[in-house]
Amino acid sequence: MSDATTQLIENLNALATGLFLLTAFGIVATRQARGCLHLFIAQSLLLAASAALLGLHFDSGHLYGVALVNVISKPIIVPWLLRRIAPAEIYTRREIDQVLNIPTALIIALALAIGAYFLGVPLANAVGPGYHGPNVPIGIAGLALGAFTLAVRREAMPLLIGLLAMENGAFLAGISIARDLPILVELAIATDGLIIVFIVGVLVRAVEQHVGTTAVGELASLKEVPAKRLAEEAAP
Amino acid sequence: MSVVAILFPPLVAAALAWIPFRRGWAPGVTVLSCLIVLVLAARMAWRVAAGEPVTDSLDPTWSNWVAVDGLSVLILLLIALVATTAAVYSVGYMAHGNPAPRRLRLYHANYNLFIFSMLAIPLLAEPTLVWIVVELTTLCSALLVSFANTREALEAAWKYVVLSLMGAGIALFGFLVLFAALHAGGGSQYTWAGLVAAAPGMPPLLVQTAFLLILIGLGTKVGLVPMHTWLPDAHSQAPSPVCALLSGIETTSILYVILRLFPIMQAVPGAHAQTWALVLGLISVGTAALLLLQVSDYKRLFAFSTVEHMGIVLTAVGLGASADYGAMQQIVNHSVTKSFCFFAAGATLLAVGTREIAMVRGLVRRAPIAGAALIFGGLAVAGAPPLAVFLSEFAILKAGLAQGRYVATGLLALFIVIAFFGVMVHLNRMVFGAPAQGLPDPPGAAGSRLPFTCTLILILAAVPVLVLGVYVPQPLHELMKHAAAALVR
Repeated sequence: MSDATTQLIENLNALATGLFLLTAFGIVATRQARGCLHLFIAQSLLLAASAALLGLHFDSGHLYGVALVNVISKPIIVPWLLRRIAPAEIYTRREIDQVLNIPTALIIALALAIGAYFLGVPLANAVGPGYHGPNVPIGIAGLALGAFTLAVRREAMPLLIGLLAMENGAFLAGISIARDLPILVELAIATDGLIIVFIVGVLVRAVEQHVGTTAVGELASLKEVPAKRLAEEAAP
Repeated sequence: MSVVAILFPPLVAAALAWIPFRRGWAPGVTVLSCLIVLVLAARMAWRVAAGEPVTDSLDPTWSNWVAVDGLSVLILLLIALVATTAAVYSVGYMAHGNPAPRRLRLYHANYNLFIFSMLAIPLLAEPTLVWIVVELTTLCSALLVSFANTREALEAAWKYVVLSLMGAGIALFGFLVLFAALHAGGGSQYTWAGLVAAAPGMPPLLVQTAFLLILIGLGTKVGLVPMHTWLPDAHSQAPSPVCALLSGIETTSILYVILRLFPIMQAVPGAHAQTWALVLGLISVGTAALLLLQVSDYKRLFAFSTVEHMGIVLTAVGLGASADYGAMQQIVNHSVTKSFCFFAAGATLLAVGTREIAMVRGLVRRAPIAGAALIFGGLAVAGAPPLAVFLSEFAILKAGLAQGRYVATGLLALFIVIAFFGVMVHLNRMVFGAPAQGLPDPPGAAGSRLPFTCTLILILAAVPVLVLGVYVPQPLHELMKHAAAALVR
């Protein structure tokens, strides 16, 4: 491979990972449930693109496998499963009151992304020489922003997307530092993602049926109540 | 016969349980499969205790994926034991209230899948595959936690799934970093054994990062403070036999994965794995002990006691050396005792129909079996002599003192004493207290009879709690010694 081609591949990978980071910010801030899903699909395609580019760079069949698994499972099977299992309501919901307002959430997200950079760069250097690209810091940022999404959202769909986005982030970093993971493991992890969608879908349907909402984050009745107060409440 | 054979009975049983046959079919299949698993696990444990290799019949190509040693066999045995007692307990307990046959089949199919996923954790040697089955334990048990379909149960299941999977996402990155560390260190075999072998050459920064990520990620599922918030919810809202599984063995089998990292960390210079374990363990024990004082739900009481016990095990591993054996003993005693406690809590729930501590008084007069079991379980789990947990906690404290770690040991002893009072104050009132003025009769307190299988299991499960407190059988002693040896490089 000539130097110019390598350079082009590295630049394209930097572009893909940069856009990946943008989608992670988008998931934190998008109010519409459907928008979140679309951002997640875009993010998975960008992950696949980065895997394919790195595959080209290192001439690695494993990474093509990762790209293929991602293209098939997340943009196609995940929405199909959700449509089959979860109540249709989760698509239409729009979150009005979030735990944090959107500007505040984005500022915290920005701080997380900067923190991820300072954690990721030494980590990538410690792996040894060779091209890592911006995958490790951006992957860690994706992981952190996914976790942050879980903390600030209440609707079922953004929460599910937050979980899956965390996995995407871990993988984006993983494909650059753990390139030769057996394909069996990749397949198993992809299947596992689908089981997550299935179980969470079933749970959301049960919540919708028995509680009458898909804002699962608002379920908060279980906590420690001092025994004395309870006895007082029970007394007539 | 290969060791992987132990995975097949629960898988087959999960499929069979779906067949709409007679009412007793699904529970029967589950009990049978658990008994087979118990026999297989006991056979393996016997071979390890006798010093024979268990993996001789294993095809060499399998050894990249499957490996068994003392520690994994100990965990397998405990999973098999609690799975069997909880399965028998389920027969009577789940029939209570006459649920629809379809729901009963769902319960048993899920139960078997849950057992399958747990059994796979100690068997698998490839860390990323272990990660996947850890995820599976969450996913297979989520619908068991939400089984009652009440608002509270659904909330508990939701928190359980979201927080566990969030932890799993962090742990996944940890395992990928560990893989990178292995390759940077010149190793090629990504198994627990391969990691230990390649550990001296691995970059310390990578190994430490991986360790912390996995400790935090999987620690969420073990219920280590401050990632424990979901645990009392899930462990109290699930049906009681499921609580016994969740609290008794699921937590320990996830802790097992964390314990696997310690021999790797010992070879890395400047890695403070044991310090982390000690600090996180003591924080968990202390927080759980204080929270135990103010619980209002007796199933949550036992759940917090699980957080405390996991903290004790981690503290013991943090102390290291001679405390390792105590940690193994604590794992065994925790499993048998905590599962008994949840069986007792289930019997109490059937008798009084409420989970509120304040609503239950004088239980021993109203439901003698449940009352006696509850106070026995409380004494056992709090660590009263001469019961099992006392012996292991004593062993850990003794090992700590022998090493001259007075501050850590002193704190641990203090927290254990606080937890003892926390447990006993509540249970004592429930079992012996005089009914308070103005308390209404709890709903559903028609004094339903305890099903036969529940009584049977309450008697059988009490045996190891009693026996292990005064006498540790030689084979078990050998097995625990082998298991403790797996923690040291």
